[in-house]
Amino acid sequence: MGIIKTKGLVHDFIRRDEEDNVESITTALDHVDLDVKEGQFIAILGHNGSGKSTLAKHINALLSATEGTIWVDGMDVSEEENVIPVRKSAGMVFQNPDNQIIANIVEEDVAFGPENIGVPTEEIWERVEKSLGAVRMTKYRNHSPNKLSGGQKQRVAIAGVMAMEPKCIVFDEPTAMLDPNGRKDVLKAAHELNETKGVTVLLITHYMEEVVDADYVYVMENGKIIMDGTPREIFSRVEELKAHRLDVPQMTLLAHELRQAGLPIPQGILTREELIEAIMKVK
Amino acid sequence: MSIILDKVNYSYSEGTAYHVQALKDINLKIEDGEFIGIIGHTGSGKSTLIQHMNGLIKATSGGIYFNGQDIYDEDFSMKELRSRVGLVFQYPEHQLFETTIFDDVCFGPKNLGLDKKTVELRAFEALRNVGFPHELFYQPPFDLSGGQKRRVAIAGVLAMKPEVLILDEPTAGLDPAGRDEILGLISQMHKELGITIILVSHSMEDVAKYVDRIIVMNQGSVMYDGAPKDVFRQYKDLEAVGLAAPQVTYLMHELHAQGLPVDLDATTIEEAKRSILEVLK
Repeated sequence: MGIIKTKGLVHDFIRRDEEDNVESITTALDHVDLDVKEGQFIAILGHNGSGKSTLAKHINALLSATEGTIWVDGMDVSEEENVIPVRKSAGMVFQNPDNQIIANIVEEDVAFGPENIGVPTEEIWERVEKSLGAVRMTKYRNHSPNKLSGGQKQRVAIAGVMAMEPKCIVFDEPTAMLDPNGRKDVLKAAHELNETKGVTVLLITHYMEEVVDADYVYVMENGKIIMDGTPREIFSRVEELKAHRLDVPQMTLLAHELRQAGLPIPQGILTREELIEAIMKVK
Repeated sequence: MSIILDKVNYSYSEGTAYHVQALKDINLKIEDGEFIGIIGHTGSGKSTLIQHMNGLIKATSGGIYFNGQDIYDEDFSMKELRSRVGLVFQYPEHQLFETTIFDDVCFGPKNLGLDKKTVELRAFEALRNVGFPHELFYQPPFDLSGGQKRRVAIAGVLAMKPEVLILDEPTAGLDPAGRDEILGLISQMHKELGITIILVSHSMEDVAKYVDRIIVMNQGSVMYDGAPKDVFRQYKDLEAVGLAAPQVTYLMHELHAQGLPVDLDATTIEEAKRSILEVLK
């Protein structure tokens, strides 16, 4: 079993009126089967309202399933006694950095997580040190978080999650509010955690460029997983993605357009280097 | 009709250790009917700048003129300025609060003191202009998707009939199709309603595709002001201040360096495609 596994996972949002009668039911997750191996870098795509964030909240035991089962690190999330261990195994980074920062000083903010799960004081400071180093924010340790840029705040939030030493981190659109530089830094931090510490990463995003370096991609729609594969496999299906309100990286799109116009450019181009090579071959 | 900023400076916490000069000697002229993109990294002064344009922030020194009138003049009506220069904030859907979508859009014009009939006509027209489906008009706004909520929020500003519409990152957090829809809508309002558009964006690709003029902000000053082609030609300088050119620009430069005489000014997929096909034929 992988670090995150779901079987027939269903989540219904039920709205009730004042007399407790059911007004409407929205199925946010519709029999999702997922198996993520430890150490992978996974990307999840899907348009607004496709169920991505609902899935993320299940991984962190913030929601409980209507039907089906989800296991995190082998633990059934629906078991009451597993809730805290699950949250220790799976950390989460949200979209808005301002909603995740609570302390007045960067290092205290990073220490908040481990302190809450009962890590001894000595060890807390070691972990803070390591985590801040991992996101390259050590030099801001004594700063006030509200003076930092969006990307820096988001990296502090990541360090806070890191300090709890989870095996897996779910990033729910961590770059949506950041400028290009902030986006690059946060993405780099996520990849470094994955590569050097072996942390399993689940990245939920609307930016197709951020998906290019993932190991595996899941595409969601109406609460179902409708496509899965490597980035190259997924982005070869340009028209299909567009029909699902998604997109492909700019270079893939240009390659696709050139191919449509009759140039012999291969399928599945993801990066600028690959496109340049293909174009120079045509010449 | 125009907005002129003449040597505008803005600083806060003056006289303390936290003194920050957020805008430095800004000189700009925004003409009627322009479609302008403002880019710059976080903290470069973009949001401060646009809030000056509709009088939400008062300049520490310098003057701002709307259609030739000094907006800091005692007789000048700030209320009127705010109805004529509409500002759509980031994540505007967080500001929806009425019980129905229609009531929410009515809120702005109602505050202008218009009679009920005019208010409702304007709300109706605004919702139609953002392409909002009629059958949802009397639903609560909270169940809508992110993109739909944002349309309602834009309609709320549109119902004030602004001559200038300023949008602060209107596509943040939307999925790719939602981004295209909102930008398409903005471009359509520019063409069909003749509204001057000022778009703050972090996406160089979007800016390259839609705007006619780019203002680059850096550390509170205007670093570049010109046509997208001219601005993106300086891509190395842009990188130095934490920005970038559209990805297509890099591709074209690298192809050119490898001996393919492609058009270095291409900034959109469409332009790049045309140039590459031309060179290879």
